[in-house]
Amino acid sequence: MTGVPVNSGDAALTQAAPQRWGSADAPLLQVRDLNVRIPTPAGELHAVRGVNFDLKNGEVLGLVGESGSGKSVTLRALLRLHRAPVKMSGEVSYAGENLLTMPESRLRSVRGGQISMIFQEPMTALNPVLTVGDQIVENLNEHRNLRGRAALERAADLLDLMGIPSPKARLADYPHQFSGGMRQRAMIAIALASEPRLLLADEPTTALDVTIQDQILRLLLKLRSELNMSIILVTHDLGVIAQTCDRVAVMYGGRLVETATVQDLFRRPLHAYSLGLLQSLPGAGQHRRPLQPIPGGPPNLLSLPPGCPFAPRCAFVTEACLGAEPPLVEVAPGRLSACVHFDRLPPLGEAVSGEEGAR
Amino acid sequence: MILTKTREPALMEIHGLTKTFPVRQSLLSRWRGQPVRKVQALTDVHLSVQRGETLGIVGESGCGKSTLARTLVRLYDADSGEVRYEQLDVLGLRGAALRQYNRRVQMIFQDPYSSLNPRMTVGQVLREALSVHKMRPPETQDARVQELLALVGLPPQAAGRLPHEFSGGQRQRIGIARALALEPECLIADELVSALDVSVQAQVVNLLLELQERLGLTVLFVAHDLRLVRHLSHRVAVMYLGRVVEVASTEAMFTQPKHPYTQALLAAAPTLDPSRRTAAPAITGELPSPLNVPSGCAFRTRCPHAFDRCAVERPALRTVSQNGGSGQEVACHLYDPASDPARALTSGLQPLPAQVPQ
Repeated sequence: MTGVPVNSGDAALTQAAPQRWGSADAPLLQVRDLNVRIPTPAGELHAVRGVNFDLKNGEVLGLVGESGSGKSVTLRALLRLHRAPVKMSGEVSYAGENLLTMPESRLRSVRGGQISMIFQEPMTALNPVLTVGDQIVENLNEHRNLRGRAALERAADLLDLMGIPSPKARLADYPHQFSGGMRQRAMIAIALASEPRLLLADEPTTALDVTIQDQILRLLLKLRSELNMSIILVTHDLGVIAQTCDRVAVMYGGRLVETATVQDLFRRPLHAYSLGLLQSLPGAGQHRRPLQPIPGGPPNLLSLPPGCPFAPRCAFVTEACLGAEPPLVEVAPGRLSACVHFDRLPPLGEAVSGEEGAR
Repeated sequence: MILTKTREPALMEIHGLTKTFPVRQSLLSRWRGQPVRKVQALTDVHLSVQRGETLGIVGESGCGKSTLARTLVRLYDADSGEVRYEQLDVLGLRGAALRQYNRRVQMIFQDPYSSLNPRMTVGQVLREALSVHKMRPPETQDARVQELLALVGLPPQAAGRLPHEFSGGQRQRIGIARALALEPECLIADELVSALDVSVQAQVVNLLLELQERLGLTVLFVAHDLRLVRHLSHRVAVMYLGRVVEVASTEAMFTQPKHPYTQALLAAAPTLDPSRRTAAPAITGELPSPLNVPSGCAFRTRCPHAFDRCAVERPALRTVSQNGGSGQEVACHLYDPASDPARALTSGLQPLPAQVPQ
């Protein structure tokens, strides 16, 4: 029940950073038939159901979906962060190795080293009894083999790179002495200390104010082009996706239902759910008119309907949607969709594509 | 346009409202006789709300928007200032008069789960509201509960269920139904839809629009989501560190923002157009701590246009243009003709290229 993964040709999107790692076309990460099953008292919850995607060097991939769509569970599974009794299966192939089956000792050098992760709430990810400096140095010791003065200097450089004023002095501070935005920067500094090739970001700016969010997102993009790092960004905020990502994967009911370049998706979504999401947002020139909500709520993963999981809420549903679950297939060059009626969807209203009305 | 009839007396008038929260003092600092430190939550807030309008109140965390909402319904006691609701002196109300005011001005909270009693069915929650305020005699309460559920689009069976049996969007509808049970004139919605997924947000927004139309409600819509505030509000007030820095019609606010903070806030909000990206952040620096608000203009530490006067004198709200009938008010020395003419931008103002979020 999985679609055919295809490398989409969207080279023009990235800021053409030099390819330092491997050949230009080989994906950095290949995810194949990723499944996560969580046992619950009410039965086994199939939270991620056969997810496939590729990630290229220097690419920012957005994973977007509503609560319960499985986007965070997917992200954590990439680094094998789920523990028993949660079951993961499939293949997460990174530099020719499967992260889901490699020995724990080997995985430890990848985690926090070549692949780092940042979280929504830095206070739960930072150690409250170690100074920020200690925590950066710890990573430098472990993954860069830097010690003593050299490590401290590098740590101060990293804080400086994150835009933290008087970085040398702040190394001695504990996380609680930092403000929310500063903590997020400190966490990113720790994550980047090992100079990772891939950064996994789980709602990194959701808890932050909009002016600070703006700073952090621009910082991530700057670091991406300076370090030629790839990023997978999980968020529910379509504005953040539009402003940050090269390519977008839309999740619904534990599956990818559409992948496209960010321009293509916001110009013309090819899945009824993506279309519904974009149309439910307030648009320009629609002042105080009724919005177009998607009726109902997200599906219950314990009792998914047969056929397309979005069918019960979909305005375009027909008999064809209710049989087997439609696979994610290439429907246009570089575009995958799991929508039976991708070719019958109307173009997005003026509300989103034409911004003239807003000026 | 409801608001073209400008000089009608406002439904609610807020003058010089100030609220501080004392910080708990350590024994040592008390013994040393150090002064009690205070969080400046609201500083000299002036605002008026017209009957039937939606006034959006936006700002970042710690700007005082929630404190303002709670002070207006008397959940907090203000330090000083005045709130007039029609003829009532709100801050001086007591006993039955306060209860009556609280019936007319209802608040809906962000998290309906923490504001609904988990052990009471929806029917009990609504009947309690009806009996406390003696809205209906007991024998007609059940019928009224059914009316209210229908009004907010919940099925009749909902009356027998407990809050945890509902989804987030449905719980928010219950919160709205409870507020409407008291037939209020004014709703104060604090981050009404912030916790909801976008597709469900739109359902609740539509409900609010429809109810306002049908019942002629006045709404104070407190939120941080600029796109939603723009969609819903007739007028918008922008707050920063406890102060109102700009008030204008929605149209003027989002197309010609005047205050440097408003301009930065709008530019920082991510737009839905991927082709419009900028490399540099709209504004640098962090929000100062509300324990230690900068002197003069609170925004001067992050403001690209700040000059000497900003550090010494707190700018008052002044009307700078008659945009949209109700006037655009800004608290910024740049717009004061009395400022150094080289600095004052009243005539040849070059606003930051604000991206307009939509």
